[in-house]
Amino acid sequence: MVKTPEEIKSILAVDCGSTTTKAILIELDGRNYRLKVRGEAPTTVEKPFEDVTKGVRNAVREVEELAGKTIMDEVGIITPAQGDKGVDLFLATSSAGGGLQMMVAGVVKKMSAESAQRAALGAGAIVMDTIAVDDGRLLYQKIERIRQLRPDMVLVAGGIDGGTKSHVVEIAEILSAADPKPRLGSGYNLPIIYCGNKEARKEVGGLLEGKVDLRYVDNIRPVLEKEVLGPAREEIHNLFMEHVMAQAPGYKTLKSWTDAPIMPTPGAVGKIIQTVAEENDINVIGVDIGGATTDVFSMFENTFNRTVSANLGMSYSVCNVLVETGIDNIMRWIPFDMDPNEIKNRIRNKMIRPTTIPHTLEDLIVEQAIAREALSLAFAHHKTLAVGLRGVQRQRNISDAFDQSSGEDTIIDMMDLDMIIGSGGALSHAPRRLQSGIMMIDAFQPEGITRLAVDSIFMMPQLGVLSSVHPKAATEVFEKDCLIHLGTCITPTGNIKKGAAALKVKYLKDGKEHEETIYGGEIRVIPCEDSMEMDIIPASGLDIGNGKGKHTKKEVSGGVCGIFLDCRGRPLSISTDPKERAKQLLTWFSQTNMYPIVSVGLEEGRGK
Amino acid sequence: MSDAYSPGLMVTEMTKVRKTRRLPLKGDVLVKAGEYVTPHTVVAKTNIPGRPHVVNVANQLNLEPEDLPEAMVKKIGDEIKEKDILAKFSSFFGLFKGECKSHVSGILEHVSDITGQVTIREPAIPVAVTGYVQGKVIETIDEEGVVIETPAALVQGIFGVGPESFGQLKMAVKKPTDVLTDTMITEEDKDRILVGGALVSSRAMKKAEKIGVIGIITGGVLDNELNDYLGYEIGVAITGHEDISLTVVMTEGFGKIPMAEKTFNLLKNLEGKMASVNGATQIRAGVLRPEVIVPREYEEREEDEEVLGLSIGTRVRVIRTPFFGKLGTVTGLPIQLTKIDTEAKVRVLELQLDQGGKVTVPRANVEIIEG
Repeated sequence: MVKTPEEIKSILAVDCGSTTTKAILIELDGRNYRLKVRGEAPTTVEKPFEDVTKGVRNAVREVEELAGKTIMDEVGIITPAQGDKGVDLFLATSSAGGGLQMMVAGVVKKMSAESAQRAALGAGAIVMDTIAVDDGRLLYQKIERIRQLRPDMVLVAGGIDGGTKSHVVEIAEILSAADPKPRLGSGYNLPIIYCGNKEARKEVGGLLEGKVDLRYVDNIRPVLEKEVLGPAREEIHNLFMEHVMAQAPGYKTLKSWTDAPIMPTPGAVGKIIQTVAEENDINVIGVDIGGATTDVFSMFENTFNRTVSANLGMSYSVCNVLVETGIDNIMRWIPFDMDPNEIKNRIRNKMIRPTTIPHTLEDLIVEQAIAREALSLAFAHHKTLAVGLRGVQRQRNISDAFDQSSGEDTIIDMMDLDMIIGSGGALSHAPRRLQSGIMMIDAFQPEGITRLAVDSIFMMPQLGVLSSVHPKAATEVFEKDCLIHLGTCITPTGNIKKGAAALKVKYLKDGKEHEETIYGGEIRVIPCEDSMEMDIIPASGLDIGNGKGKHTKKEVSGGVCGIFLDCRGRPLSISTDPKERAKQLLTWFSQTNMYPIVSVGLEEGRGK
Repeated sequence: MSDAYSPGLMVTEMTKVRKTRRLPLKGDVLVKAGEYVTPHTVVAKTNIPGRPHVVNVANQLNLEPEDLPEAMVKKIGDEIKEKDILAKFSSFFGLFKGECKSHVSGILEHVSDITGQVTIREPAIPVAVTGYVQGKVIETIDEEGVVIETPAALVQGIFGVGPESFGQLKMAVKKPTDVLTDTMITEEDKDRILVGGALVSSRAMKKAEKIGVIGIITGGVLDNELNDYLGYEIGVAITGHEDISLTVVMTEGFGKIPMAEKTFNLLKNLEGKMASVNGATQIRAGVLRPEVIVPREYEEREEDEEVLGLSIGTRVRVIRTPFFGKLGTVTGLPIQLTKIDTEAKVRVLELQLDQGGKVTVPRANVEIIEG
């Protein structure tokens, strides 16, 4: 029997990722919940094991060893705790087996189809493709695509309530003709959620009922200027549990162990990011760089957006980062002379042995170069979709409604961004926290004054699901053990001239007044763990948020790294000449103490 | 103790191989439990619904969609032949006429009075699943397929491309360090599976495919050579559906990497035998690896013992620089976290390399040599 929140003294939460399964043990320490230990093991949802609980057991076994207590038996996780054995609450999140893979369809690509896409992404799905009447493909091409992809479910939107039916019926005809089959298992019908024109339900049902598992929810766009994503998202969650989880190997058992529904990992991380932004009333960007996907979350002016960039990850999809960005873009972060083909071979070897870790510094630099590109590509993708949604229900006027997603109208304004939070192996496990900070600065290129934080040991998914069951425990662990404040990045924008004074800062530290001038092309870090009042004076023509040349006096938050003064310019410019680039990168590494410089070959002259 | 290493690759003279052969959709299972099958035996078959064609007939006849049903000459369920008239329309006492002919053959599946479209579905496509390996059917899965078991030598590769195939093994090189080039492949190698050494060139792969070679087993392939052969770069590690007839199985990784002696010698001992080979790879959570399966009789050799985990004396292969590809024996498994060159603190193991020297490597960077 599940205990009441007040009675819960120990919590075990696991995240079954695409590559690794992570388990954390949280215990009540006096009056506060704190993280005790963490365990990790390869995920086992696919062949040869085909049972997700094997990976969970391995990760929990590590937790048991480190905590010195018994948590599971032959049956499963022992809940609630019986004396010293077991835990009071067991929770799980999952993106294993490819996570939730969906197709969405709508009438107009930039209206209903885009709303459907937002609903699916918001529910933590990977959107495999978006079909729309006006997407430029011929009918047979759309049918072929649907037949080929085999999603876990399809979301169909289109038409306002009471409006014309023919276009959304055309979508249903395409689906009916394609006769799509689910990805997992052949013994059930593919779930299709219809969230279009209510008046067309009869016709849509006539085409699809019997062939698929058809569900109806409220129209996602009941009128042109309104978007209602909640009911569709809720139905996606229900079906994820009912169908995808039920079909995935071992999930029935895992589900029987957990005290709350298993949540898709991106859904859980998004919940935490949303909470941080709401509680502090700030604009936040969050990112979770995983093995298979990179998920980006943003909360801007109370509007939450989430994108899941499938196949941009650091393990089995790492080669897709290479294919999408190109070897030159990866090389631009590497300060030593390396044959591009050798780097490509190394990246491919990482793909085929995804659980390996960099052993040499050279390998770490290559891996962090790829991480920057994965982050940057995922962020670019996010910006194209974060286009003005305000919460679950969004009111728009007619003129807004017609041009939702052109790249220019993204609501992400880097100058208004208050905080970036990073999570995922590449950021959480970087040997120096400063490396995480600079990877995020290089990939997201914040402007003005932006705080940086990182998930200490990659546990945001588990805390996300915990927040839905035990908010107190989730908040306490998040604040005390999960979120590591790295510091603040101060970046002037404008025409920064290399070598010319770009920024002057004045501050009081250890009772002494300090003044520093940072020149164009430089990045510097002032150690500062707490916060300090700073006079920030940009050169004329440059802006840190108050207008060109205008100075700002404010309390700047520090962190484990300190205050980054980044005068390298926006967009960041890196020389294309290999020798010049090596010099530039090694200077930045040295200015920030990012790596042990001797080891990367500065003294031996490599890359010079 | 929990394990941090990658699942190892099975390279064994004898193991019990079980293959589940499943239809993509429900259908008929054609064999019974206890039957013996060959790689070419059809064990199950089904029909995949034919390709649908959606034609906007109302639009072509300049009709309102709601008038379409009346104009239809063919009815739902009718068999349609190419150039058959689907719908006819005339107005103003026959002054304006129009007809719409089908451009495909099939069955008329749907007529819409809302969109004015009709759907014609091509005849169903029969799909058959073969045995792939020679062995005994030990289980039938109702309407879906069978499980086949065979005692066999098994070589799991690390990455591969190309389909399931079956052919005779032939050593194409003398040593595991040799490179398999196009000049070493001749017309006589048609229908064979060639065993290479440390590397195979794209020219060799192209020539092999042209000649009709079934498969190539190699230690390594260079990234750019594989791209050249396939004509595109692989993004995500899901393979096996390439539009090629040659199956390539890499045993070690990307680069010029000599095939492990154990693998090379095993394949050498099996030269002349018939093998099933599959390049399909899916590297995600649980890992699906390419494979070479050579069915054998149980009497030929005792089954190898299952490897249970890392311990002192376990044989492993390092799978990341700076000792990539090197083999050795575990000599120490320190419990405490150890700082490595990157400054990360990780679980490590101590290793006596076969070629001499003792090294410390992260546990995550080794794989057990299984079998």
